[in-house]
Amino acid sequence: METRRDIFQAIADPTRRAIITLIALQAMTPNAIAEHFASTRQAVSKHLQILTECELVTQKQQGREIYYQLEVNKMKEIDKWMDQFRKIWQNRFNQLDKVLITFKNKKK
Amino acid sequence: MNSNLKFDFVVNKENNTIVVKREFAADLELVWEAWTTAEILDQWWAPEPCKAETKSMDFREGGHWLYCMIMPPDNQKNWGKQNYQKIVLHKSFSGTDVFCDENGIANPNFPTGRFENAFCEAEGKTLVTVTSTHNSFEEIEMIIEMGFKEGLAGSFENLDKYISIKSKKQ
Repeated sequence: METRRDIFQAIADPTRRAIITLIALQAMTPNAIAEHFASTRQAVSKHLQILTECELVTQKQQGREIYYQLEVNKMKEIDKWMDQFRKIWQNRFNQLDKVLITFKNKKK
Repeated sequence: MNSNLKFDFVVNKENNTIVVKREFAADLELVWEAWTTAEILDQWWAPEPCKAETKSMDFREGGHWLYCMIMPPDNQKNWGKQNYQKIVLHKSFSGTDVFCDENGIANPNFPTGRFENAFCEAEGKTLVTVTSTHNSFEEIEMIIEMGFKEGLAGSFENLDKYISIKSKKQ
């Protein structure tokens, strides 16, 4: 089976969401990120790998250290996607508005 | 969109719920009827240009609504079923949302969600709160992806219609 890697997979996991929140403020090294979690460094590094594959974070070399930073533009895709679902309900409710008007007029 | 009517849409990742609130300019009884009568549901439940068609409906606790969404251009039918579990007249009804075939047999490849629709009247308007709860965020993703296909086709057409109605009024 082909592994699916997209932003929605990235945010489907609570630890990854916590990592996103953490590095949203500033770019951090894997060690600094791992300090915030009870899980092992390997586990955190696996999450960082998935986030990288989803293109939600990128690595940046600074001296001897690697820093992970959040790709803010990629996060905006999530908003766009949620917005589509929101529109479905809007669409549905706009239709109900019309139906209600018709029924109100009939009853008068 | 009718801008003077309240609309709220929130996805809670923490407890895997989607909460949609919408106000309607009609009294509670009429809005309740529109949500619980097959003939009226068929007129608005499917986002344009899809059409909803009821196969059977029995609005009582333990009953269900079996319907399909007909999607252009090839008129493909997607079947869905709402199982009613708890009904409090003119207040709320809740149950499960199932993807199924035309005989109402659940499709095991699709997640079952829970829904609760609550109705509340204030100053001649009726506020409806739809809460759908899922087992995981992945399931929400799946639901949204499927809805997305239906919704995307319709969103622009509906916008056109809306604009034409608006411009006629002015």
